[in-house]
Amino acid sequence: MQFELLATAAKMALMLGIFILGVAPIMLWVERRMSAFMQDRPGPNRLGPLGLVQGVADAVKFMFKEDVTPAGADKPLYLMAPALALLPALSTYVVIPFGPDLTISGKTVPLIVSTGGAGVLIFLALSSLGVYSLITAGYASNNKFSLLGGIRASAQLISYELALTVAVLAALIPAGSFYLPDVVAYQQKHLWMFIPQAIGFLVFLVAMFAETNRLPFDLPEAESELIAGFHTEYGAMRFATFFMGEYISMTALSMLAVTLYFGGWTLPGVHLTGWLGAIVGLAVLLGKVSLFMLFYVWVRWTFPRFRYDQLMRLGWKVLLPLAILNLLLVAVATLAGWFPEVG
Amino acid sequence: METAIFLLFAALALGSALMVVTHKSPVYATMSLVVTLFSLAVMFVLLGAPFIGALQVLVYAGAIVVLFLFVLMLLNISKEEHQQEGQTAHRWVALLGAGAFVGLLVPLLYRATQARNAGVLTEEFVSIRAFARDLFTRYLLQFEIVGLLLLVAVVAATVVARKPPAAPTGAPGAASPVSEVEP
Repeated sequence: MQFELLATAAKMALMLGIFILGVAPIMLWVERRMSAFMQDRPGPNRLGPLGLVQGVADAVKFMFKEDVTPAGADKPLYLMAPALALLPALSTYVVIPFGPDLTISGKTVPLIVSTGGAGVLIFLALSSLGVYSLITAGYASNNKFSLLGGIRASAQLISYELALTVAVLAALIPAGSFYLPDVVAYQQKHLWMFIPQAIGFLVFLVAMFAETNRLPFDLPEAESELIAGFHTEYGAMRFATFFMGEYISMTALSMLAVTLYFGGWTLPGVHLTGWLGAIVGLAVLLGKVSLFMLFYVWVRWTFPRFRYDQLMRLGWKVLLPLAILNLLLVAVATLAGWFPEVG
Repeated sequence: METAIFLLFAALALGSALMVVTHKSPVYATMSLVVTLFSLAVMFVLLGAPFIGALQVLVYAGAIVVLFLFVLMLLNISKEEHQQEGQTAHRWVALLGAGAFVGLLVPLLYRATQARNAGVLTEEFVSIRAFARDLFTRYLLQFEIVGLLLLVAVVAATVVARKPPAAPTGAPGAASPVSEVEP
């Protein structure tokens, strides 16, 4: 019992360390340098080698800025909203497997925080709570632009969550399990899922951008129409918290995408076990996730924003029917035995 | 440890449920409802039914209550407006409903305390596989009826929300273009 608690705590500490210390500062740097590269300008390159320490300087600046609360704001909700942005972002990683089973002093330790059978459903449930951060921020700021941003966010996130969930369900059918290590094991044994489920992956990919409010789907904070949308009235560290929450949600969803469609922590033909396997597994997972994050940045700086009616039409009239079609196709194919059997 | 978690979330569920009923601001009441639903989901997980717990959060907290908030924000209801009219009638109806609910609850509680050897929920009984098998075999008819009801509700909502079709000019009851402009 104590050993298990200790092991779980260690796994959580590892993942949280990666998320909090690793993701936000690195992504901040990558986003700026890559956008600069795409626009043929140098970008922030003064502080540290290649400008790598710029993120630290920004964090310090955010912390020392004056913390302003607008006069008409609904104070408790206003203060709560940035914290709500981090809550789902920092809890969804528990169902992502990041390596093979480890054996420590005779006991098997699976490299995943939560070994509960509901698996990916926990991920979807927790990430569906992320919308409350945007809604409360929009409502509590007492600003019409914020309110519009909050309303847009709630409509957008609910619409795209449906397509995302249906795509995820289809990806689970061949492995026959909600528990993500089973899905990874199935892919290692047979085929990475993005090949037989190209339609589902496409839907997931588009919905992923909408769920994290990234361009071309950043309607809740469209600066040309809404100033900064739901976080117009937020400054200093509270604004930075929203920013961090966005990056962490992106990482969490990328991890889910990698685990469902690209074999998770495994590589074809590589079967390492023990500590070496664990380290390589984590490295492979993070490597694949980094590619997804680069893709996020790439898309953000090359695509224009959708109009709001286009966004809704895409979500309800294109993505959702495609996702349902994919679900039916996969279900029929599995029943007909076209997917290799589990086990 | 499970007892500690149970007590924490039981207290949270009761406290936030009270907030839902008593708080003056509809937005705070709705946010408290989210806390109640989340705490109940934790209860389900503690009882060994993580599937129901996850669905509780996913469907109720993640979608339905978001729509409540959506409507509240669109209408921008100010704090005490909802308490202005129909006070006494509301109270009597609420009292009647609560009484009926307690009347249903008492025999249930009585049976629960009488059942000495109810047995423990097993993995076999609460697993997703078992749940799905029961849902699509033994309870298939009920499942389909619920599906039909939801479909009817969706169709009705669409009909209500749709803009009236462009009626021929001069037809009685046709909405004039002016009335369609939102205030």
